[in-house]
Amino acid sequence: MGFLDQFWQLTIDGLMVGSLYAVIALGYTLVYGVLQLINFAHSEVFMLGSFGGLFAARALLPDDGSVPGGLASVGLVAVGLGVGAICGGLAAFTLERVAYRPLRRRSAPRLAYLISAIGASLFAVNLAGKEFGRQNVDLPDLFHNGTVFTVFGADVSTQSLVIFAVAVAMLIGLDRLVAGTRLGQGIRAVAQDADTAVLMGVNVERIIIVTFVVGGLLAGAGGFLYAMTFNASYSMGFVPGVKAFTAAVLGGIGNVRGAMLGGLLLGLVESYGGYLFQASYKDVIAFLVLVAILMIRPSGLLGERLGRAA
Amino acid sequence: MSRVGAHRSGVPGARNPRADETAPGDLVVEARDLALRFGGVTSLDGVSLRQRRGEILAVIGPNGAGKTSLFNCLTGAYRPQQGSVTFWPQADRPTELVGRRPHAITRLGVARTFQNIRLFPALSALENVQIGTEVRQRYGPVGAILGLPHARRAERDGVRHALSLLDLVGLSHRTHELAASLPYGEQRRLEIARALGTEPSLLLLDEPAAGTNPAEKQDLAGLITRIAGTGVSVLLIEHDMRLVMSVATAVVVLNFGRVIAHGTPGEVQRDPAVIEAYLGVTDAEDTGGAAGGADVPAGRGAAARKDVR
Amino acid sequence: MSTPPAGPPGTGGGAATVPLRIAGSPAGPAGSSGSAGSSGSAGSSGPAGGPARPAWHPSVLFAPARLRQLGALLLVGVLAAIVTGPTGNSDKPLQAAKDSIVDVRIVLYLGLAVALWVLLVLGAQLRGALERVSAPVRAPVGAAYGRRGGPIVLNLVLLAIAIVAPMVVSTAAQQSMVNDIGIYALLALGLNVVVGYAGLLDLGYIAFFAIGAYATAYFTSQTAMPWHAPFVLNPFFVFPIALILAALAGVILGAPTLRLRGDYLAIVTLGFGEIIHLVANNADNITNGARGAFGVPHLSIDLLGIDYKWGIDPLPYYYLLLVIIVVVMIAFGRLERSRIGRSWAAIREDEIAAEATGVATLRMKLLAFAIGASVSGFAGVLFASKQFFNPQSFSLQASFFVVAVVIFGGMGSRLGVVVGAVVLQGLAFYLRDKVPPADRYIYFGAIIVIMMIFRPQGLVPSRRRRREIQLVEEGIGAADSLGVAPTGGQR
Repeated sequence: MGFLDQFWQLTIDGLMVGSLYAVIALGYTLVYGVLQLINFAHSEVFMLGSFGGLFAARALLPDDGSVPGGLASVGLVAVGLGVGAICGGLAAFTLERVAYRPLRRRSAPRLAYLISAIGASLFAVNLAGKEFGRQNVDLPDLFHNGTVFTVFGADVSTQSLVIFAVAVAMLIGLDRLVAGTRLGQGIRAVAQDADTAVLMGVNVERIIIVTFVVGGLLAGAGGFLYAMTFNASYSMGFVPGVKAFTAAVLGGIGNVRGAMLGGLLLGLVESYGGYLFQASYKDVIAFLVLVAILMIRPSGLLGERLGRAA
Repeated sequence: MSRVGAHRSGVPGARNPRADETAPGDLVVEARDLALRFGGVTSLDGVSLRQRRGEILAVIGPNGAGKTSLFNCLTGAYRPQQGSVTFWPQADRPTELVGRRPHAITRLGVARTFQNIRLFPALSALENVQIGTEVRQRYGPVGAILGLPHARRAERDGVRHALSLLDLVGLSHRTHELAASLPYGEQRRLEIARALGTEPSLLLLDEPAAGTNPAEKQDLAGLITRIAGTGVSVLLIEHDMRLVMSVATAVVVLNFGRVIAHGTPGEVQRDPAVIEAYLGVTDAEDTGGAAGGADVPAGRGAAARKDVR
Repeated sequence: MSTPPAGPPGTGGGAATVPLRIAGSPAGPAGSSGSAGSSGSAGSSGPAGGPARPAWHPSVLFAPARLRQLGALLLVGVLAAIVTGPTGNSDKPLQAAKDSIVDVRIVLYLGLAVALWVLLVLGAQLRGALERVSAPVRAPVGAAYGRRGGPIVLNLVLLAIAIVAPMVVSTAAQQSMVNDIGIYALLALGLNVVVGYAGLLDLGYIAFFAIGAYATAYFTSQTAMPWHAPFVLNPFFVFPIALILAALAGVILGAPTLRLRGDYLAIVTLGFGEIIHLVANNADNITNGARGAFGVPHLSIDLLGIDYKWGIDPLPYYYLLLVIIVVVMIAFGRLERSRIGRSWAAIREDEIAAEATGVATLRMKLLAFAIGASVSGFAGVLFASKQFFNPQSFSLQASFFVVAVVIFGGMGSRLGVVVGAVVLQGLAFYLRDKVPPADRYIYFGAIIVIMMIFRPQGLVPSRRRRREIQLVEEGIGAADSLGVAPTGGQR
């Protein structure tokens, strides 16, 4: 089958994965917006959220290995998303407290933050490996009926529909949060000019922690969705982490809508590229995209700055 | 960052600096029609200036007039959207500066200091100046690692040159002290020594007297004159009029990103456009209040007008 | 980027740069007893976030901040119990954690936490007492170090220890001293140029090591990998080739990235490291894939009447490595004290000023990056000729481990990073039978975070780097090349 025959299937797969990248990318972008810092440990927040959601869903599954299907499955997804988000939020909160705040208190040099995040990441990955084992953990398909409908001959499964819908809902929700609420106003103020924000009575400490937690909630929920599609393992965070970061840079780091756009685009590029070249080098594509953007348009498609965008 | 509105107030009496009849061979730098904008904010709006070799040219003007932006365009820190800067390292070698990176411009012979002192705080005074002197050296990592003769010689020459510059600015007694531990006035002088280390033919000083006491200002005037005496042209941003009047051989006045006057210190002081720029249009506005020197026509009036706008 | 325009004239102009004297500078009290900032006083810069000296009264025990501190320490105790507790699996995800918490050992950890808290509360008094007790010991050491030639004596003593040490340990320990300590000390010296001197972060550092190792397999053996050179070279000839290849890779990777913010370099190198790993692992018909390269010949010399072959015995490799490490340390010391080292310092401390002073910042950063990469490639040749390797040796975690070594030892300090390699790899060796190998990285991760919080300058700090970090925390200058400090910083 040629590429054109597969085009729509690849597009749909790409959009689904891309929406997940977008959800994770938001965590990078938000933190970058307020701290001007790549949160290297964000991928571990995603991993922990993923485990949390997955274990919660598995605990609710009947012992005989059957899958309830229908509304019960929707409930399962909801529980998994919720627990995943909570775990992700908690992980992000702890991360900020332990690995970042003490450095911020001292106004440490920037390098210190990156290194501290690497340490936290190393710690979390291997602790998870020790606690949960080092094999892949998966979840059975939660929905019985495979294909809901076909678009131009491409199958859309319930699972991917659910994932895409939830991811898009989260993206829209976050966009509204940043653009339309008081909290979002605070986040944008800090992103634009933290010093001035302080003078205007914005509690920067609180904004920073909330930003971490919001990013963590999204990554955790996204982690559960990811585990639904693929699986979970202690080292799962790294690859989607780098890709989500690429997505964030692609859209313009610090820019919320940019991260969404970047995620979807990257998903598509990767899906097409993986078909055209070789699936095992799929990860290389994302990296090449990253280097290419950095060379051609380092400020990303929509430009940087959380403060102004959204 | 300079954010001055594109306020075309049409200040009367602005003179065209090109009207001056100067043979091109005498020039050390010429900026033509520089324009610099940040988003919608215009910082420089068609600025032109010429400086003769050996001259001490002062750039004055109210806060936000575009003085530091001009420096940043000359040194490559900013790239103007429009205009050109020609620099003559030697009289017969005109070189375009716009589009070059700052370090390349420094190597051509344009050195600068910063308004908010930017030393290398954890290095000693000597090391700070050495970094300047070593710009002209050629030896690479292999020479350094193997301790090749030419590298050792260059190293020794660099130290000797740096020590003589520390002596010139009166910091010999601070040679091995950390830059950050020097008093403010000495930090300013150390920064000048570092800039001189790069062997410039044009030295840009951005408010060298800011934050110094009267005695230090006097020393500074002497230092600037001495530097000019060694054949280095000095381009000076300064708010302290007494200093400007005592050292400058020519003055350019900027306001709202445009040159509004150009001439000898005495001419400029009497220029109605300059007086208006400093004192504001209406007499009702606050014209005092600015912290600082005695007879400074400070930028408060213009600033107030900017706020009203 | 911006130099703000004309500030208020006169005295107001420099509000942000008030003249100041800094602690730990030669003018400060630390230097008064002996030469400037003698190494003995390194301990005096404790955690800045630590407790301020309280006037002692029992009520300070129950101040909210103190109670929070106790709570945090207890949580750390619980975490430590979990970290050292049994291994779990995904079928019962929380079982292992639960087992570690309900175990008796928890009492030990919580007790330790409380004890630590008491120590912190009494910290001010204790620190004084400790300094009094240790003064008689530290003074002569500090004085000896401060005296002219003191460092040389110290270095000679350390060198003597390094020469004698392998003779008194087991063969397993000797192997570890070559494969782990020696190689990683060399790697850390290279990464130190990137992190310590240039102030950049390279997270794919081990990829250059892999390039060196695979280049060795390619050039020296017809059988090690399916892909090989049409001729066979002595491994010694591969040293320069690997050096150049790795430096080239570094330049290709660094040139587009270094133009941008420094932290992008970190993630690009991270991706690069993973790609090299991926390719090494998957390209079965080039690199032999996950099975790795067998049968790379050992080093051998047959020149000028000297005919020697390195073999299974680790000792000859050890001494070769020792010589290389000493040479590299001397070389980088000269580099650091040259105009190049000063340019790096200038870039770290104020990149804009450095550029304005004529330092070609981009080129200097690239140079540091290439030098670091070439050391890594060089080490790869040694590694490949010493022993069998597979892509596992070039994992991401190995890259992180080198970072940990540099940070732990003290970035910018040559002796420091070697000590870091000795201590951390020594710890890994010590833990080898006690915890599963992969779990050791939990400890290394924790060490990195703890060092960053409490002692960012490392175990054996470089004097210059320590001063920079101190100054940055006071809001002056910078200590890396990654741009402005994050929000909450003072700049």
